Amino acid sequence: MPKVEFLSALAYARNATQWAGLRYSRESTQSREVRNDAPDKNATSLDEGVMCEVLVDGHFGYAATADLSSVGLKRAFDMAIAATRATSSYKVHTFDDSHRAAVQGTYESPTQTKLAVTPLALITECLLAASKAMAIDAKIVNRAARAVAIQTQIDYFTTSGTHTSQSFDIVDIGLVASAAQGLQSQSRSWSLSGQHGGEVFVPAIFAQHGLRVANEALELLAAPNCPSGRMDLILMPDQMMLQIHESVGHPLELDRILGDERNYAGWSFVQPADFGRLRYGSPLMNISFDPTQQNAMASYAFDDGGNPARREFLIKDGILKRGLGSVESQERSGLPGVANFRSASWNRAPIDRMANVNLEPGTSRLEDMIASVDEGILMSTNRSWSIDDYRNKFQFGCEHGRLIQNGKLAGVVRNPNYRGVTVDFWNRLSAVGQSDSTYGTLYCGKGEPSQVIRVGHSSPPCLFRGVEVFGGQS
Amino acid sequence: MSADDFVDETRRSFDVVADKVLANLQANESVTLNLAAEETLFIRFNSNKVRQNTHVEQLFMTLQLQGAGRSTEMSRTLSGNIETDCEAMLHVLSLCRAELSILPLDPHQVPLENHGSSDETFRGVLLPMDAVVDAVLGPAQGCDLAGLYAAGSIIRANRNSKGQRHWFASQTFFMDYSLYDGSRAVKGNYAGAQWDQAQWVSNLAHSKHLLSLMAKPLQTVMPGKYRTYLAPRAVADLVGMMGWDALSASAWKQGRSPFKKLADKECRLSAQLHITENFGLGLTPRFNELGEVSETVLPLITEGQLSTLLVSARTSKEFGLSSNGASAAEGPRALDVAPGTLDEKDILRQLGTGLYLSNLHYLNWSDPVSARVTGMTRYACFWVENGEIVGPIKDMRWDESLYDAWGSNLVALTQHTAIVPAVDTYFQRALGGSRTPGALIDNFTFTL
Repeated sequence: MPKVEFLSALAYARNATQWAGLRYSRESTQSREVRNDAPDKNATSLDEGVMCEVLVDGHFGYAATADLSSVGLKRAFDMAIAATRATSSYKVHTFDDSHRAAVQGTYESPTQTKLAVTPLALITECLLAASKAMAIDAKIVNRAARAVAIQTQIDYFTTSGTHTSQSFDIVDIGLVASAAQGLQSQSRSWSLSGQHGGEVFVPAIFAQHGLRVANEALELLAAPNCPSGRMDLILMPDQMMLQIHESVGHPLELDRILGDERNYAGWSFVQPADFGRLRYGSPLMNISFDPTQQNAMASYAFDDGGNPARREFLIKDGILKRGLGSVESQERSGLPGVANFRSASWNRAPIDRMANVNLEPGTSRLEDMIASVDEGILMSTNRSWSIDDYRNKFQFGCEHGRLIQNGKLAGVVRNPNYRGVTVDFWNRLSAVGQSDSTYGTLYCGKGEPSQVIRVGHSSPPCLFRGVEVFGGQS
Repeated sequence: MSADDFVDETRRSFDVVADKVLANLQANESVTLNLAAEETLFIRFNSNKVRQNTHVEQLFMTLQLQGAGRSTEMSRTLSGNIETDCEAMLHVLSLCRAELSILPLDPHQVPLENHGSSDETFRGVLLPMDAVVDAVLGPAQGCDLAGLYAAGSIIRANRNSKGQRHWFASQTFFMDYSLYDGSRAVKGNYAGAQWDQAQWVSNLAHSKHLLSLMAKPLQTVMPGKYRTYLAPRAVADLVGMMGWDALSASAWKQGRSPFKKLADKECRLSAQLHITENFGLGLTPRFNELGEVSETVLPLITEGQLSTLLVSARTSKEFGLSSNGASAAEGPRALDVAPGTLDEKDILRQLGTGLYLSNLHYLNWSDPVSARVTGMTRYACFWVENGEIVGPIKDMRWDESLYDAWGSNLVALTQHTAIVPAVDTYFQRALGGSRTPGALIDNFTFTL
């Protein structure tokens, strides 16, 4: 990292701006895929560049370059200044340098074995072990295993003296077994993602999960369709992740509420006046924003505006308290927010994003939840997701369903789906499990220009009463 | 750097760096190099004001190395500085070489060939940076406009160690936008290679007119099955789902294709339906990441029957199918749905009573085996009675099988079509798009 050139370029930019910042990002991504015991993909990418950020006439503007020479950096700052000056008379809001933090600090992912010293051959060995373990029946027509190992370094410098330095080790693993017979096919998967190192690559564990998903894919292939009707629904954490993400995380983003996102992902049913008043869900619903969570996908010490990260409650006892909005959105809306000004990489400007958005554990045991259901379904692992642009009407599908009859788990059903409307649905929350599990994704899409960001979600199993459930046509 | 300078300098740089890498190959090694580069000014608007402006210059080169029956690929950003970039790519070559030694054999490796050469540069006339905001927002005064302006040069280039060379560069812009009246909204798009202020004013005026139609009383429609008209952009959204594994030969062979029944000849779609991959639309280069060049027009669905799935060279090798120049992802790059016979002026009369949908939103497979898709209505969508628009509807969720919607329930396709250019900007500005007519469909299922 050419720090001397960075500081020199910042000093150069300072002369023509109210404030300037420079965010350096270097990320290496190792992707490995194995299918039916053969390598399917061996790819590595190295992405390195800077985003030059300026404040001119009260307006923040950006220019991105991968040319890290003094000449290249100055050229990028010149471009940022010229473009920002050309657009500032139409700025949406007047900002000043108080809207960027003046801080210093570091962050490092809490891994046991750094990815930098994890042999790629070990990753391939794990994937092959999983693929081989799935080969249990001729009806298993596809056995896929993939792993992505990401090492990221982000340094942020500003003319206010800020220097934050954060390094991340991130792992995203997925196994899928597909079973097919005639025109019918069903898939079952397992995933692990978060800020982990080489400690998660254990061939025996991959083989164990490979065997399980292959067996469950065969079960699904032979299972009847999920029944239709209003019934009680227990969602396991690997589906709650999606439920929280789509129907809580996105609608609480302050930039959506302010209308920035209207032309792309959409607006929000949440109004500014709802904060402090709206009963979003039942009193069992407690949602936190927690970038300090250990090993979760989106943990960090500072966001991309240098704002120190803190755990905050977004929804407490079912009442909406706080939005997912950065300093800029807080200033524009007058609403309380969080440190979530985040960008996908050096070539995108930060916007309001989720980080780790979690449903806090409750007091119920899973077996007690099941025992309390006369007729219902227990669903696991997201397969399909769709929600409207105001984040109201959703329809989600899962890989795996289990009937619940008279307080006991019964047979497996395939193609389980459910639909609802956000606030009505969350007010049907009638039990929250004692212990949670954490999931995440690398690919939450949003923004113009668009960007994918990493998010994490922890949740216990949850029981919702009287939900519209249905199966497939086949 | 001007847009023209960026194209010229990137071309010079690519050739020098590629020459350097190719000159350093060892015996029995072969290499493919791909470049994806762009220089883009993005301006994001909200409430007729500028929310963020971002200028991006990026060059991303990918090196795929084959040797001793093994394959690996490595990509990295380049600076545009020739000396630095030569050094960086030689380092990438050495890393790939080291990695090959630890990889298992690749049984589906596609040996590199010389698939020929192509050279296309489409220069545009783009707005100067300091003129964009006045040009865009001037005619929009009094509107509540939100959207994204993007303009600049996009480059895709390919070379390999067998002598193949491809170059594609285009200078284009798009203004993808929405106009709002409270929560009522319409979608618009103006795109091209030469900004014409009169065309932009006209485009905006059309959107303002559509928005005025939204002033009628809001209609609540109960869930059920309705005769439904999908305007060309909504059809583009629906056929876009074919890019999610439906037309992929690899997905079919892996048991994941929602078009399995169609591919297995267990069913057919409406005989009115003709779909091609049409590179003649000029939206995207014909060469893929291996430098293979697709037919200019590749029939995919003819008279409702599957003509071919998209087959990449790797799938061809693995499953013994014939490759048709598809990209590795086996998704359509320039989908073209042939027009039908329904005259634009007859749409409302033929619809009679039902729903008129301009746009769809957030589509996903809800039951892949039956090719069932769920999604939402969005923007200018109306309840129509006896051929007259009654008023805009509250957003509705729908859930429908493509086998039904494009099968026996397809009443008619319109004579007119619309080109919908890709405006995706994840990682980089997308190339490609689609051309679609409108579609009148019976018994379209609305669920919430």
